[in-house]
Amino acid sequence: MPSTRKTADVAGSDTVLDIQGLTVRFETADGEVQAVSDLSLTVAKGECLGIVGESGSGKSQTFMATLGLLADNGRATGKVMFGDADLLTANEATLNSIRGNRAAMVFQDHMTSLTPHMKVGRQLTEVLQRHRGLDAKAALDAVIAMLRRVQIPEPERRAEMYPHELSGGLRQRVMIAMGLLCHPELLIADEPTTALDVTVQALILDLIRDVKDSDNTAVILITHDLGVVAGLADRVAVMYAGRVVELGDVNQIFSEPQHPYTQGLLACSPRLDDALGGKLKTIPGQPPNLQRLPPGCAFAPRCPYVIAACAERPPLRPAAGGGLKACVRDDLASITKAAS
Amino acid sequence: MWSYLARRILIGIPTLWAIITVCFFLMRLTPGGPFDSAAPIPQEILANLRARYHLDDPLWQQYLSYLWNLLHWDFGPSFKYKDFTVTELIAQGFPVSFQNGLAALLLAIAVGVPMGIAAALAQNTPRDYAVSGLAMTGIVIPNFVMGQLLILIFGVWLKDSIFHLPAGGWNNGAFVNRILPTVTLALPFIAYLARITRGSMIEVMRANYVRTARAKGLPFRAVVIRHALKSALTPVVTFLGPATAFILTGSMVVETIFQIPGIGRYFVQGALNRDYTLVMGVTILSAALMIFMNLMVDLIYGLLDPKVRYD
Repeated sequence: MPSTRKTADVAGSDTVLDIQGLTVRFETADGEVQAVSDLSLTVAKGECLGIVGESGSGKSQTFMATLGLLADNGRATGKVMFGDADLLTANEATLNSIRGNRAAMVFQDHMTSLTPHMKVGRQLTEVLQRHRGLDAKAALDAVIAMLRRVQIPEPERRAEMYPHELSGGLRQRVMIAMGLLCHPELLIADEPTTALDVTVQALILDLIRDVKDSDNTAVILITHDLGVVAGLADRVAVMYAGRVVELGDVNQIFSEPQHPYTQGLLACSPRLDDALGGKLKTIPGQPPNLQRLPPGCAFAPRCPYVIAACAERPPLRPAAGGGLKACVRDDLASITKAAS
Repeated sequence: MWSYLARRILIGIPTLWAIITVCFFLMRLTPGGPFDSAAPIPQEILANLRARYHLDDPLWQQYLSYLWNLLHWDFGPSFKYKDFTVTELIAQGFPVSFQNGLAALLLAIAVGVPMGIAAALAQNTPRDYAVSGLAMTGIVIPNFVMGQLLILIFGVWLKDSIFHLPAGGWNNGAFVNRILPTVTLALPFIAYLARITRGSMIEVMRANYVRTARAKGLPFRAVVIRHALKSALTPVVTFLGPATAFILTGSMVVETIFQIPGIGRYFVQGALNRDYTLVMGVTILSAALMIFMNLMVDLIYGLLDPKVRYD
């Protein structure tokens, strides 16, 4: 495991991706939706940054925008530096030379993310043919080696199959193999373990850990599964309503969460030592409507510690424990301690 | 695969038989007969004619003997074209309609499908609106208007220019005589194909696997051609199956406007004249073609989607 990393989010020499002030808007029939607001994050070589949040918190769209994969009605502003290229202003040719090559994304819907009418092997070899200029034979050899690395049994036979002939776990491993083919500097894994059974989950998480440690790849792990984050991430960014509300070292986030939303999320996770028959905890209220966000803190309507100052948007600022939080209150630790 | 094919062809036989039966009795139930005309025929002659064509036999006997003749590839004599058998009429007219239809079909695919793709890839831009507008125009203008319009432009207004085209006539299938009827026949199909292709392409371009292909850094062309096109063509093939059967059997309107000796006119004239055998002949031809094209469509699905299995 890499040593404890900086928690304050400043770009350094080993920074792979540097997102500054990213805002993502969608034009919809009912008006404009701001999915991501003024978001800044960095991720360094060999580091795993976990992104957690509810559905609709903007965690996937942040990284769709990063790779220029937003839907047609989406617009991204801000700055996304990858090496010395700003991915938001880069032309299609530059983006295409980076995507799948230096920065790869593994999508969450393994059921629908592979082209149904192409053999799996062909869908992988085309990546190497495109970025490495390999001929079909050399590309297939490299693909089979990669399929073996992601522990797909009988890779030669599987390469000849169509996606529907593979199980969900195998398809997800094919997706990961696809992302790793060119040994990218950055791997974005969007819910890589959702809808997989636990043994396959463990296998896939081991794979990602291996890539991070042995290839020094920067990994961004998008998930709503806090267990996955705890096992893999070095730092964690908690997103709510399109903003980072807390950012910090993984141990700090889990042991001393600073933002009431993070605290709520952790309280919702069922624990083995919970009383039998006890109720699952939830955060009261609904996730916010992105079209009608309150002017102040977006979490305020659901927050048990809300005060008058919450009517103004809280900036992301240094918090106890060395992380960052977007909350005006500094006295939460003592309140929660008193309560428990 | 082969057993599937054999089974489908065998299923086609009772289908065809059912169509023949329904059509036979529908024709006979329709009031009037082949020898009713404005100037009444003398009673004795009419009696002779009815005897000659076995119209006085019981209906079930006529039906059975028609089926028996069909089994011997005999479609019977035409009631109106007195010196011709139905087989002869179809043998003369069908190649003409078939060639015209095939040319129109190829033109429609070559123009309509790329138009639809171009519109889909530029959704909600002027290019898209232009294609959708043209397609709508092509669908709503009936071919008897479109045919006359083209004749007016290329046959009359441009008479003294190099764009002049014959206003009608077949001229033994000379190329210049084929242009206007082919275009007239193709236009509505171009319009339908453009609309269908546009719709399915837009849908496929939003699919997750197209996003995956883009995330691989493939050039846009490769994303479209390699990853999107095959799936997008499925509804196009669905449309083209019956459309092919329809277009190859000729169009009464187009063949009448351009005076083309095809079989399209037989569908209408035959029915109006109560030319029982001729109507039966062209109906059997188009039904068989329709059955065949539906089989083709199902086979092409297998090429487009590996999930399709024939068993």
